[in-house]
Amino acid sequence: MKGYNFAYLDEQTKRMIRRALLKAVAIPGHQVPFGSREMPLPYGWGTGGIQVTAAILGADDVLKVIDQGADDTTNAVSIRRFFARTAGVRTTTATAEATVLQTRHRIPEKTLREDQIIVYQVPQPEPLWRLEPSRVETTRMHGLADYGLMHVKLYEDIARYGQISIAYDYPVMVNERYLMSPSPIPAFDNPKMDMMPALQLFGAGREKRIYAIPPWTRVRSLDFDDHPFRPINAAHPCGLCGATDAYLDEVVTDDRGGRLFVCSDTDHCADRRAAGHVGAQGLREAAE
Amino acid sequence: MAYVAVKGGEQAIDAAHAWLAEERRGDTSSPALSVAQIQDQLGRSVDRVMAEGSLYDRQLAALAIKQAQGDLIEAAFLLRAYRTTLPRFAHSKPVETAAMTIERRISAIFKDLPGGQVLGPTYDYTHRLLDFGLLEDEAPPSGALTAEADAAAMPRVPDILGQEGLLEPDLASDREPGDLTREPLSFPAERDVRLQALARGDEGFVLGMGYSTQRGYGSSHPFAGEIRMGEVSVEIEPAELGFAIDIGDLVLTECQMVTRFKGSKTVPPQFTRGYGLVFGFGERKAMAMALVDRAMRAEELGEDVTAPAQDVEFVLYHSDNIEATGFVEHLKLPHYVDFQSELQNVRRMRAEAEA
Repeated sequence: MKGYNFAYLDEQTKRMIRRALLKAVAIPGHQVPFGSREMPLPYGWGTGGIQVTAAILGADDVLKVIDQGADDTTNAVSIRRFFARTAGVRTTTATAEATVLQTRHRIPEKTLREDQIIVYQVPQPEPLWRLEPSRVETTRMHGLADYGLMHVKLYEDIARYGQISIAYDYPVMVNERYLMSPSPIPAFDNPKMDMMPALQLFGAGREKRIYAIPPWTRVRSLDFDDHPFRPINAAHPCGLCGATDAYLDEVVTDDRGGRLFVCSDTDHCADRRAAGHVGAQGLREAAE
Repeated sequence: MAYVAVKGGEQAIDAAHAWLAEERRGDTSSPALSVAQIQDQLGRSVDRVMAEGSLYDRQLAALAIKQAQGDLIEAAFLLRAYRTTLPRFAHSKPVETAAMTIERRISAIFKDLPGGQVLGPTYDYTHRLLDFGLLEDEAPPSGALTAEADAAAMPRVPDILGQEGLLEPDLASDREPGDLTREPLSFPAERDVRLQALARGDEGFVLGMGYSTQRGYGSSHPFAGEIRMGEVSVEIEPAELGFAIDIGDLVLTECQMVTRFKGSKTVPPQFTRGYGLVFGFGERKAMAMALVDRAMRAEELGEDVTAPAQDVEFVLYHSDNIEATGFVEHLKLPHYVDFQSELQNVRRMRAEAEA
């Protein structure tokens, strides 16, 4: 784009971000402070992810951007357009075709490969923030691996509700050292982070932190022996493609309690339908 | 009703932005607002946008105000996003506010003083009555009396007080000042970084924080030692030249608050300082900033840290309106994946409670 460098950021800034990324990869799950820049998109709308993507993007990369699992949500469209405009890279909605995937709130259903990088947009990188608002304090706690506060919170949940009441942004232990926020993905997606072949990068623009999980790293969702981690999903197959192992969105279809459960990962659902899988709603429509 | 996949985000965005452009222009039967008009006639808006946008450029600030339909936080955001792409070719020498070409200078602690009290173009002492005359095209105001101020005879009030040793000395540090826009905030945050954050901070937030110190939340018995507003020159010293050159002028508002300090084991009772400095004519902001600056010095001066304005981490993490507006407004982005998992979670918890 005229007047701007490739992928918007100047090369010095990209180098600063890459240095932070290298440090983050070297210390899995550790939050690395970085000189986050003001971006032409608002804080809280993916500025961290955008800066990380801008720093790693090359001219040959193929970019996929999803929000809530879908390629066509407005903010995903806006970010995809931003890079199409400022970097001129090829974009795609097919998970398998992308070399860089930027995401908000989901991990694609299709297993990612070693030659892919997934960039998460992170609103709040500090997993302990609800328990301790001071970052001076939480930094100390991470330094000492002092995570008793979080274990007590999980224990209290079980004492009060009989189960852990965290449904998304469910805390994980990375490489058995750092407690980490997986970003607000549903707990359903947490197991995908464990031993993932792809490099996972996390950018928090407003909070000015970067962190990473190198490929093939242990990522464990916190739990107890007698209360093992249980991911949550709707107890239905996808209404469109019949998938039973994909995360589902609940769509309100009328004002009489009508509901339709469909794959949140739109690319995955489209792929399955193209391969001939049909859900209950699809069968009904075919019959009409 | 059959489920229709929600497609068409792209067209929706384009249509929304086209509508916005039409709204911005408004009724085409009235002439379009020019950037020059905003720059000349909405000067206080321009000042605020430059201060919170951290970029001194009156024309670009006026353009941002026009583009943002007068939404000043949106305008500051536009300016910041532009600022971040600008190359840095030099650092200026510290501006010398003692040598300011004064437009306004008042002190609340001395009735008269060298250089005198200069009211300048102030809203103080106006009666806040709507001037219906402004509804019509007004005649140009008759020439105001302006006295040429003599900068040399206008010493800073705190310097007068300092001669007696009653005011804490304010010594320059040899350290490179920090820069929040390049390095992320870290704690303990030194005063240079705190002042930078306040100077860029939201006027309303800083005002509210400053106000809270006056109502007992970290009281420091402030007096407005001096407020001055006027033009200062900016100088850089290129390495290849070896001497300073003047590259332009800035209008600044500076406020020095003087507050009582009961002393400590090592320091005799004296007055301490709170400092405020902002781009343009930003007196309200400069005063509030000076109050908050003083409040955040509590720990350094051995005072108890009990009030929000004294909590450096709290103030610095929440003063930036570009960060705040982005994160508050991000709540309107879709969250249906998280909400869905919460929904299933609540259903599961209810099922188990009822079982």
